[in-house]
Amino acid sequence: AAPLSATKSPLSATDEKLTSRKDITTYNNYYEFGTDKASPAQNAHTLKTTPWTVKVDGLVAKPAAYAVEDLIKESSLEERIYRMRCVEGWSMVIPWVGIPLADVIKRVEPQGSAKYVAFETAYRPDEMSGVDTLIPILDWPYVEGLRMDEAMHPLTILAVGLYGETLPNQNGAPIRLVVPWKYGFKGIKSITRISFVEKQPETSWNKQASNEYGFYANVNPAVDHPRWSQATERRIGEGGLFVKRRPTLMFNGYADQVAQLYMGMDLKKFY
Amino acid sequence: MAGQASTGGAKRGFSVPQIPKIAVYIVGFVPAVWLFYEGVNDRLGADPMRYLEQALGLWALRFLIASLTVTPLRQLFSVNLLRYRRALGLLAFYYAALHLLIYLVLDQGLDLAAIGADIIKRPYITIGMATFIILTPLALTSNNAAIKRLGGQAWARLHRLVYAAAIGAVLHFVLVVKSWPLEPLVYAAIVMALLGYRLARSFTKKPSPRRRPA
Repeated sequence: AAPLSATKSPLSATDEKLTSRKDITTYNNYYEFGTDKASPAQNAHTLKTTPWTVKVDGLVAKPAAYAVEDLIKESSLEERIYRMRCVEGWSMVIPWVGIPLADVIKRVEPQGSAKYVAFETAYRPDEMSGVDTLIPILDWPYVEGLRMDEAMHPLTILAVGLYGETLPNQNGAPIRLVVPWKYGFKGIKSITRISFVEKQPETSWNKQASNEYGFYANVNPAVDHPRWSQATERRIGEGGLFVKRRPTLMFNGYADQVAQLYMGMDLKKFY
Repeated sequence: MAGQASTGGAKRGFSVPQIPKIAVYIVGFVPAVWLFYEGVNDRLGADPMRYLEQALGLWALRFLIASLTVTPLRQLFSVNLLRYRRALGLLAFYYAALHLLIYLVLDQGLDLAAIGADIIKRPYITIGMATFIILTPLALTSNNAAIKRLGGQAWARLHRLVYAAAIGAVLHFVLVVKSWPLEPLVYAAIVMALLGYRLARSFTKKPSPRRRPA
């Protein structure tokens, strides 16, 4: 991991104790490298992250294959300390380094007809030990998506680092999405493609179990996962064996900034 | 002892060195002692409570499976481990009890409302709790006095509930994970094979003459 210089952002959550670097980098869901939480840290080193191109296509004025450095170079890196709530019921506080996704979107000039942004993770069986399983865990490649206004929201970032250094592979190097008011699985890792589309794009977990994982996946303590409650969460690194559950906050505590995006929507239906 | 009554007619198989039964318990509790020791010293990873909870549950399932292999081992390979079956079954129960205890105390913090809602609303918790309830009378009657009191046949009928417990245990495992990772499916396949073997045998073998419990 190489050092990155970043300015502190006023959008950071500053009243929270950071989760340790060790926990952030050894407890991961990145199923392309295995389903155990420890697997990505053990296996993801095989992913070649340089050179890395991100293909930008679809309803956009400047479609191109951008080197990841070129995609972000016109923005200055910011440190964004965000809560991260996993759909499984645990959470962390992570000091990301990244740029607003909105910066990139404005630069590539989407057309007026583009209503959604779709993302795709690399799919490289030779470099990803977990994609060639007897029963595929997901329909690879991993895909995710956001509504345009969600993608343009100032809290939404493309992260390239954490704890002041470039991202470790298991955390989604070289570039990943972070949407702090949504469950962690929306934060697609190792992005190779960003497409601007008119219709709501397919998303991996929704394809896998549509009754359990919706397109929106906003953190919501009042809407349970069909198999477990979402009312509380365990903060990783807090209390060891005697970890105390803490109440999960609406929109993961970012309601003031994002609730207006969903005005009038039935969040039980659009989960 | 009634539990061993049916061995009378078994072929003389591999002679298994006689290990004292207490050794099975001692070895059987090594994982639990190790897990608690590592947990207290904060060496179970980033989410130690969840790790401990899951590991104890997995060991319960492993011992349950081990207890179910005793009969096929004897019938198919003439390996007689019958004298250890009670220990294996009880170890499964003890691990299930520890697993449940961690869920109630450390995971849910004895929040009775949350636990009650879990049991009613979450099928995998409902099934897990039902499995534990099934295992309880089996554990309570895993002693010579109970066999004598119930009579060998009634005791054996009661203990056929272990098949339901095994199905419950693997369902509980399969339903708690996201997507279809291999590990729970492998355990499910092992249980299906062990139960399928008994089902197939019950169709093909003529019932053997009833033996009176000793």
